[in-house]
Amino acid sequence: MTAMVKAEGVHKSYGPAHILRGIDLEVAPREVFCLVGPSGSGKSTFLRCINHLEKINAGRLYVDGELVGYRQKGDKLYELKDSEVAAQRKDIGMVFQRFNLFPHMTAIENVMEAPVQVKGESKAVARERAVKLLDRVGLGDKAGNYPSQLSGGQQQRVAIARALAMEPKLMLFDEPTSALDPELVGDVLDVMRDLAESGMTMIVVTHEMGFAREVGDSLVFMDGGVVVESGHPRDVLTNPQHDRTKAFLSKVL
Amino acid sequence: MTDKLDKVPGPADTPPAGSVPPEMIRAIPVRHWGRWVSGVIAVILLAVLAYAFSQGNVRWATVPEKLFDGTILSGMWNTIKISVASMALGLVLGVVFAVMRLSKNPVTSSIAWLYIWLFRGTPVYVQLLIWFNLALIFPILNIGFYKDEMTDVMTPFLAALLGLGLNEGAYMAEIVRAGIQSVDEGQTEASHALGMSQTKTMRRVVLPQAMRVIVPPTGNEFINMLKTSSLVVAVQYADLLRAAQDIASTSFAVMEMFFVASIWYLILTTVFSIGQYYLERYYARGALRSLPPTPWQKIKANLSSFSNRKAVAK
Repeated sequence: MTAMVKAEGVHKSYGPAHILRGIDLEVAPREVFCLVGPSGSGKSTFLRCINHLEKINAGRLYVDGELVGYRQKGDKLYELKDSEVAAQRKDIGMVFQRFNLFPHMTAIENVMEAPVQVKGESKAVARERAVKLLDRVGLGDKAGNYPSQLSGGQQQRVAIARALAMEPKLMLFDEPTSALDPELVGDVLDVMRDLAESGMTMIVVTHEMGFAREVGDSLVFMDGGVVVESGHPRDVLTNPQHDRTKAFLSKVL
Repeated sequence: MTDKLDKVPGPADTPPAGSVPPEMIRAIPVRHWGRWVSGVIAVILLAVLAYAFSQGNVRWATVPEKLFDGTILSGMWNTIKISVASMALGLVLGVVFAVMRLSKNPVTSSIAWLYIWLFRGTPVYVQLLIWFNLALIFPILNIGFYKDEMTDVMTPFLAALLGLGLNEGAYMAEIVRAGIQSVDEGQTEASHALGMSQTKTMRRVVLPQAMRVIVPPTGNEFINMLKTSSLVVAVQYADLLRAAQDIASTSFAVMEMFFVASIWYLILTTVFSIGQYYLERYYARGALRSLPPTPWQKIKANLSSFSNRKAVAK
C-alpha cells in the first residue's frame, strides 16, 4: 500500500532562515496524523509544502505516490506548470488558521466555487452537494449568510465544507482552532472527529492535545525544523522520551 | 442586620424581571447656540453673493431659453459619449496594465511602468494635441491590411478617445493595482489550495474583492472625466462646451452660455454620483455586516428623530 504522504529529507529555507532541516515521515491512507510543536518549529511550513504552497529546497515529497510540484525524468527534475500544480492541489483539501473564506460570496457560494470553477460541475450538482456538506457541518440554515455574518467557529466549519466539496483524498488542517474563541473550538473539533471517523486521511497541525490523543492515529513532535519524536499520540503525550518534548508538553498540557 | 434583611422582600414578592418596563429617559437635548450663530453668518454671506450676481450684467432669461437648445443637447450627448468611451478604454487598459505591472515577468512589468510614467507624467491637453496632429509625422497610416490618410483616420472623436482614454488608463492602472494589492494574501492561497488557476483566482477571488477598493476612486475618475472632456474642444470635437461657445459667438451671450454648460455638467455629475453610490453599495456586500442606509432611508431616519426631539421638548 502506497503511503498517502511520504517525505524524504525535506528542507525549506527562506533566504538565510533554514525552517525545515530534513523531514522524513510517512502518512498512511485513512490515518489521522497530528503535527505538534512550538511556534516556529516549521510544522505549518511543512504542511504548506505538501500542497506546494511553498516550494521545497531539497528532498522529495510524494502525495499518493506522486511527486509534489515536480516531474522526474531520469535523474533530472522538471518544475510542473501552474496548471499541473493546480491539478495536484484539487485532490488535497486545506483548512487555514484564519479560515480565508471568500468574503464576497455567501457560505454556499464558497462551497460551490471550486467544484464549478475547477471541475466544471453544473451549478445544480454543486449546489446539491454543498447543501449536504453544510448540513454535515451543522450549518444548513446559514447557507445564504456572508462570512462576516458568521462566528469564527461557523466560518471554519464552512471552510471545512468548502475543502470537502472537492472530494479530496487528503485534508490538511493548519491550526484550525487557534483563531477561535474557546467556546467555539468544540464545534470545529466535532466536525473534524466526524471526518476522521469517515476514513479521511488528515494531517492536523494543532495545539489541541486532547483532540490529538483522542482522534489521532500518530503524532509527530517537531522542533527547530526536525522531527524530534513520533509515535502513537497516547505514548508520546503521556510518556515523552525526549527532553524537548517533555519541556514542550509541560507547558501546553 | 437580620432585621434589615427581613425587611427586604423575598424573591417570591419581587415581580419577575421585565414585567415592569423601565422608565425611559426623556431629557431636553443640549442646545448648540454656536451652531445657530455660525449658520446665520453663513446664510448672510451666501445672500450677499447671490445679490451680487443678481446685479451683474447677466441676461438671466437667456439661460432657461438656451438650456434645451438643440446644439446644446447634441453637445451634451457628445460629452456623454466621449466620457463613457474614454472611461471604458481607460478601465480596460487600467486592468491590463495593473496586472502587467504586478506580473513576475520583468519585461511586462517594466513596460507597464513605462506606460504609466509616460501618460501620467504629461498633461492630457498636450496628449490630445499630439494625437490630433499625428498626421504631421505620419501622413499615411499603414498597418499592412489597412492603409489611409492619417487626417481621415484621426477624426476629432478618435483623437479625443485616444487622448483621454490612454491618459485615464495610466491613472486606472494605479487604482486597480492598489485594489489588487489590498486583497489579503490568504485569499489567493485559499483559492490555489482549492486547485484554482492563477487566472481563475484573479477573476473569481481577487478582482471582485479589489472592486470594493477600486470603485470609489473610479467613480471619482469618471466624474473628473465628464469635466476633463471639455478639453476636447482643442481637437475640434463638438462637445457640450464647444456647443455653448458656438452659440455664444453668434448670440453674444457669452457668460450665459457658460452658465448653461455648467448647469448641464452639474446635472451629469449628479446623476453619475448617484449611480456610483449604488455601485459602491453593491460591491460592499459581504464586507460589511449590514449595508449602510441609502440617502432616502437616512432622510426618513433624520425626520423621525427630529419629530421625536420636538415631542420631548414639549
